[in-house]
Amino acid sequence: MYEKILKKYPPDQENLIYILHEIQDSNPQNFVPEEAITVVSEYLKISAAHIHGVLTFYSMFSTAPRGRNVIRLCESPPCFLKGSEKILRKLRDLLQVKIGETTKDGIFTLELCACLGVCGNAPVMMINEDIYADLTEEKVEKIIAEIKGRA
Amino acid sequence: MSFTIKVGLASCGRAAGAVEVYEAIDKYLSKNKIKAELKKTACIGMCFSEPLVEFVAEDGSSITYGKVKPVEIPELIKQFNNRSPIKNNIILSNHLKGSENTNLNNQVRIALRNCGNINPESLDDYLANKGYQSLEKVLNEMSQEEVIEEIKKSGLRGRGGAGFPTGLKWSFALQAENKKKYVVCNADEGDPGAFMDRSVLEGDPHSIIEGMAICAYAIGADEGYIYCRAEYPLAIKHLKKAIKDAESAGYLGHKILGKNFSFKVHIKEGAGAFVCGEETALMASIEGQRGMPRIRPPFPATSGLWGKPTNINNVETLANIAWIILNGSAEYSKFGTEKSKGTKVFALAGKIKNSGLIEVPMGMPLRNVIYDVGGGMLTDKPFKAVQLGGPSGGCIPEKLLDTIVDYDSITKTGAIMGSGGMVVMDTSTCMVDVAKFFLNFTQNESCGKCTFCRIGTKRMLEILTRITEGKGKMEDIDTLENLAENIIKGSLCGLGQTAPNPVLTTLRYFRDEYIEHIMNKKCPAGVCTSLIKFEVIEDKCVGCTACARKCPVNCISGEVKKIHKIDQDKCIKCGVCLETCKFDAIKKS
Repeated sequence: MYEKILKKYPPDQENLIYILHEIQDSNPQNFVPEEAITVVSEYLKISAAHIHGVLTFYSMFSTAPRGRNVIRLCESPPCFLKGSEKILRKLRDLLQVKIGETTKDGIFTLELCACLGVCGNAPVMMINEDIYADLTEEKVEKIIAEIKGRA
Repeated sequence: MSFTIKVGLASCGRAAGAVEVYEAIDKYLSKNKIKAELKKTACIGMCFSEPLVEFVAEDGSSITYGKVKPVEIPELIKQFNNRSPIKNNIILSNHLKGSENTNLNNQVRIALRNCGNINPESLDDYLANKGYQSLEKVLNEMSQEEVIEEIKKSGLRGRGGAGFPTGLKWSFALQAENKKKYVVCNADEGDPGAFMDRSVLEGDPHSIIEGMAICAYAIGADEGYIYCRAEYPLAIKHLKKAIKDAESAGYLGHKILGKNFSFKVHIKEGAGAFVCGEETALMASIEGQRGMPRIRPPFPATSGLWGKPTNINNVETLANIAWIILNGSAEYSKFGTEKSKGTKVFALAGKIKNSGLIEVPMGMPLRNVIYDVGGGMLTDKPFKAVQLGGPSGGCIPEKLLDTIVDYDSITKTGAIMGSGGMVVMDTSTCMVDVAKFFLNFTQNESCGKCTFCRIGTKRMLEILTRITEGKGKMEDIDTLENLAENIIKGSLCGLGQTAPNPVLTTLRYFRDEYIEHIMNKKCPAGVCTSLIKFEVIEDKCVGCTACARKCPVNCISGEVKKIHKIDQDKCIKCGVCLETCKFDAIKKS
């Protein structure tokens, strides 16, 4: 099942991070499973230990299943000064999860992250590849409802 | 009559609803058969007023509206045709009748010259704005040494933070003898509060490619990498398109513009590791390894990517190159101070009115940056400090606001210019808490290689946490300073060497605040939750029950029309009661 992804890249170590990104993105549970490590290791001819090292070094990769939508709320000072704490409280309330947890329906995982580079419009969060800025509690409620409606 | 409508569609605009505005304009124009060019641009820097729509008449006169809603479109277009701006809307700049009221006035835009003006996905638009003319000039008229000399004379210094002279860096890479050399663009912007690189990548990607190509010619490289953080998907999309278009038009690839110079560019994405902004860690990451820094020397100029000579420049640095070549180094060095030439882009964030991106000549006092260009404080709470240079930088107090922005003056304050993030804070900010945040950040992002960076920052963080919980001792301050000194000495890369700066500068300028936390167990700004409490003022409470209903932990008890009470043991100090109460009956102390 990883053949299609691997075929896109020449078997060079420099493509490892790209391959891991693609495997994670194509996984419905948003993570890189153990068996993928073995397959990639054979393809790139590098040790599984090396791949595991890379996988756990970068914060965007997960080795455990996550929700279909990963919410990453910025916890950096520009967002904190503009009330990101309130947004976090709202998200926890709405989703009934703690930071790092996945909702029971598997739709959302709530994570915190460092700066997303949209500080002019703080507070900011990213859901998958989409940026949501100038967040208010009402706005968050709407966004979550909308994604839930699509799921 | 024909005119142009520009909509800012960078990440900041999109997040504010600019796509919907763009679609509304498109629909209205075609439905009413109005002849106007609708143009996608990126961020002009006025993020505080997104979505932005600019109307430009044939004669060049223009007006920019902020916070535009799709329903306002028909009226805005009608009024533009009459040349009468709508007063009810936010007008960010008005060049219609010779009147100019814009925060662009005090700016000099070189690195940001095209951002918000051109369509970043259009090579033609870039070409129409003098794009790739510098590359042509370099290939036709200049030797490698002449290019480097020109950059040296411009006085341009690395905009990523360290401020190393760019021309000198290039000359090292030229001197390195090897058939294979690389040019790398560091687009792993990660400092909390900095977003200039994102804006340039999203808004003017060709300028980066042109800058890299000129550098490649100058040092004799034939391959380049742009290492961009994965948090910037729009930037990556625009870069990919720009590379493809530049290749088809012959500005990249084999024998560029028919000359004996070939250069190809690849994009590499990060995966969320701040330390990868450090050049040796960045190269390790490109090679598909953990992003761990290594000892220097050898410097990348002699042994970089895969052991080959490599020149690494930051996005903003590269965005200046084409302008310098085309306009001449003398024109560039006209701006700035003796040792810091040219202009610098700053990202204004936090409690400031005009949050967004600005570009000003080096040498402007911080006070002017914040109050003139930045519009001053967001609320009526007074200024307390400005955090410069992200986690490697420091907090500058009000008494030092006349410090000018150049590398050396900022360094003297204990902060650093860094990549140019400015986080403005008012009196509601606790400086111990800010120091704690940044240390927590570097602690998380430390790759773990150097003991002092890995464990020293952890110990410092524990002490700061203790202080903010009211459990600090006076000798903790000495321990903090002692650890800071050793972390600076004992760390291999910039991350560790600068990690203590936020603590050191807050200790230098806001020491009283630390002492207040330790001695009197008080947080003067009312931020540290362990040191504050919320109470009901009995005289004012009317028993409306609003606070009790809103309290997320149900710790407020009381019957209707009777005085309420907060259970201090259960209270999480979220402050919702204070915000909810319409009778000012909750006090925070």
